[in-house]
Amino acid sequence: MENPKIAIVLGATCAGCDYSLLDLPPEVLLDVLGKVEIVYWPTATDFKLEDLKAVPDGEIALTLYEGAVNNEENEELARISRQKSQNLLAFGACSCFGGLPGLANVTTREGLFRQAYLDAPSNESNGVTPLRVSTVDGHELTIPDTFDTVRALHQVVPVDYYLPGCPPPLDLIGEALTALVTGDLPPKGHVFGSSKSLCDECDRRKESKSIHELHGIHELIPDEEKCLLEQGILCLGPATRGGCGYPCVKMNLRCWGCMGPTPESIDQGANMLSALASVLGLDRETDLTDEAIEVLMKQVKDPLGFFYRFTMPTSLLKRAVRRNQ
Amino acid sequence: MRIGFYICHCGINIANTVDIEEVMKFASQLDGVVVAKDYRYMCSDPGQDLIEEDIKSLNLTRVVVAACSPRMHESTFRAACEEAGLNPYLFQMANIREMVSWTTDDKEAGTEKAKRLVAAAIRRVVLHEPLEARRESVAQAVLVVGGGIAGIEASLRLADSGKKVYLVEREPSIGGHMAQLDKTFPTLDCSACILTPKMVEVGSHENIELLAYSEVKDVSGHVGDFRIKITKKPGYVNASKCVGCGVCTEKCPVKVPSEFDMGLGVRKAIYVPFPQAVPLLYTIDRDSCWYFQKGTCRICERFCDVGAVDFDQKEEIIEIQVGAIIVATGYDVFDASKITPLGYGHLDNVITSLEFERIINSSGPSGGEISLKDGTAPTSVAILHCVGSRDENWNRYCSRVCCMYSMKFAHLVRERIPEAKIYELYIDIRAAGKGYEEFYNRVLDEDVTFIRGRGAQVTRLATNSEEEGKLVVVCEDTLLGIPRRIPVDMVILSVGLEPQKDAAGVARMFKLSCSDEGFFLEKHPKLAPVATATPGLYLAGACQGPKDIPDVVAHASAAAAEAMAMLDRGYVVLEPEKAVISEETCSGCRICLDLCPFDAINFDEEQNIAVVEEVGCDGCGVCVSACPSSAIVLRGYTDEEILAEVEGVLA
Repeated sequence: MENPKIAIVLGATCAGCDYSLLDLPPEVLLDVLGKVEIVYWPTATDFKLEDLKAVPDGEIALTLYEGAVNNEENEELARISRQKSQNLLAFGACSCFGGLPGLANVTTREGLFRQAYLDAPSNESNGVTPLRVSTVDGHELTIPDTFDTVRALHQVVPVDYYLPGCPPPLDLIGEALTALVTGDLPPKGHVFGSSKSLCDECDRRKESKSIHELHGIHELIPDEEKCLLEQGILCLGPATRGGCGYPCVKMNLRCWGCMGPTPESIDQGANMLSALASVLGLDRETDLTDEAIEVLMKQVKDPLGFFYRFTMPTSLLKRAVRRNQ
Repeated sequence: MRIGFYICHCGINIANTVDIEEVMKFASQLDGVVVAKDYRYMCSDPGQDLIEEDIKSLNLTRVVVAACSPRMHESTFRAACEEAGLNPYLFQMANIREMVSWTTDDKEAGTEKAKRLVAAAIRRVVLHEPLEARRESVAQAVLVVGGGIAGIEASLRLADSGKKVYLVEREPSIGGHMAQLDKTFPTLDCSACILTPKMVEVGSHENIELLAYSEVKDVSGHVGDFRIKITKKPGYVNASKCVGCGVCTEKCPVKVPSEFDMGLGVRKAIYVPFPQAVPLLYTIDRDSCWYFQKGTCRICERFCDVGAVDFDQKEEIIEIQVGAIIVATGYDVFDASKITPLGYGHLDNVITSLEFERIINSSGPSGGEISLKDGTAPTSVAILHCVGSRDENWNRYCSRVCCMYSMKFAHLVRERIPEAKIYELYIDIRAAGKGYEEFYNRVLDEDVTFIRGRGAQVTRLATNSEEEGKLVVVCEDTLLGIPRRIPVDMVILSVGLEPQKDAAGVARMFKLSCSDEGFFLEKHPKLAPVATATPGLYLAGACQGPKDIPDVVAHASAAAAEAMAMLDRGYVVLEPEKAVISEETCSGCRICLDLCPFDAINFDEEQNIAVVEEVGCDGCGVCVSACPSSAIVLRGYTDEEILAEVEGVLA
């Protein structure tokens, strides 16, 4: 029997997901590589888009699409991936929820370009912004057009499986690839990860979530045994799908939420915001004035970047409202 | 999905501002709607029959009624569905009266909004699941909070019918404001004479457990099964030993102003508030007792023959279970010192009505003698109505009792000082009650000068010799159309009735709503004046709004009757809209545990998940919105159902 074909396609991504693949323990990686046929993986081998296009429709057993959908090229790749594959897996937080690039949805394409090429103090573009079409030595070059709104993969094409994380946890990648080579794929729609939040697997001691002071991770050395949130460190673990083995929390770092919302949640950020608002200042709730509540909540620095770091495009918010000029 | 849609005209209430035809046409085109009908009054029998017949003949699986607020008729239509064999929770109501027709005169806008609410309801109802209400038995006891005439009356009515009553009063004695009053209008019955027999009955009734000098600390549970925590404050006198001889009070060296006498008389640090107090149990006021404040004295202990004084007494927490609660926490009087021009607090002989009640009372601090600060009897008295009432600056409402007690004062002054000049300064005379107008006429014949005008200022600044040494009341006589200055010896300020100072805290504890003025809100101003929005929780007396004694007694009896009916039925129906925690998705993060106002969430250490105790759950949704992993669902209010509504409104 022929080995199943797999493809690894890159959208709006930092390619960190790729690195994770290579981080797989050699025995897993080599075992899998020996049982599949890679038909497209531009990061690792010299594939061109034409190679992917040349594959007959539906011949690829599994395509891992990493990154969000942010420009015409991403969208084209997403559509081709869908067309060529029996199974399409959203690989990593960007592909599953929009990820970090999704935060661009607070502005428009123009706002994004202005910030990146003109306003940002670090840029050296001298006022030059990318043009869609430019002529170099008599050759007309085009670059893909950037969209106003960043989307997750399933907002562009139907997706069969999701493997969240930034980067995706090695165990879960192993699980997904092993499922493919053994022909034992889970039902469509499956999300690799736990059905519970991170707190379920986290073995820190949990007592009372009634807190009133929040601290940045640089402001104190956390007790390694005790729940970070109960120490006033904004850990997104309670609102985040588990299954990653909580490496960040083990290192005394808070959970950033890259595994996305839990199965029943429709909005990870809103869930955490609502939970935090419920417990913050709880012990003196009846005496709190509106102003005091504002002071409490203002302790959250960069609320959008905290609550919606990875999930803005698939949240109820989706993007900032565009106002007509 | 086979949805039946019905829209109510509510006479012209809805039909005048909503195009019924158009909304019906709109609804009939929505997904799943198989029939759309209208009727003048959907809540009437023929209206309900319409629904029932369609459920049977058209095999409807969902019903939506666009009519009034679900608070009015949701139960009516649910019952109709059930009658026809459809689970009552497969019904949804769109409120197009309170939320639409009563908010606008613009028919076009009203119709548009009605359509959106209808679309929301129809999208939502599709997602409804059949639910089952539960029946629970009712604890055969009632908590009555407050031992004024309202609480006394309610307790006696209940106790006489064989119900166990816990009557909690925070003062050392029951009696409330009524015990402080001298005579009652219009019959001039002695207030104490008619009240004390009832107090004694409360004290000795086998079905009443009187918890005086106690306060309710915590309320949890629900109708039929409220769990109450009561703090019994230490009075440092052993109730089972004290015989009420009073030697301790006689010997106590500490004198402090008596609260009961409005600070006009004195009491000792160990005291009973007044001679007819029930329970007749002496209490040591910690804040003024020398032993507690300075560490020495204990004279009372030395003189107590029966050894009842117990300085080691501790606060005690009592836990009880009751099926119903009657809140009868009464009123406070308006603080007259807030209106500086009226001189209260800084001019001698300007007193409030409640102070005058004590002065005129023969067991009061002056033995019933009306006298000025210098000991002489006043030759002229002005009684100022509406102090703090009917006043945009203070309370807009009429306190209902002041006109009558003010005229009672005029009568009592005339009785004691026949030659006195008596003035009543009023805005209108409100004498709407049995025998009240007759009393007004009687006082009119007693040589009392009625001046139609609100007293604006009380001053000692004389402008002529006649005013020298007098209090001058400045007012506008609105009948004569002239400003007047009336020199008098004594001014009585007829202060209005206000909510108790801690009413907001009490409201929070019992989960009551308050009206704008701060009085507790009844379920319906006309048809449910003693019930509240919380089942099993009733209001009695002036905590619901200003009332005179007969109205309080009637109100309290009604509250007792409602509680009695509920207890006698023996069961309550508990709505199924409760929080449910999914074992599959709860990660045991413990965020919900501290939040539940009903303490209905427990933690299962073995499974590492939180569990809702369904009977204790009130369905408030606090835990649902707090759960960071959406593992808690409120039945009947799922995210999907709410989002479907939002989408319906926005579609």
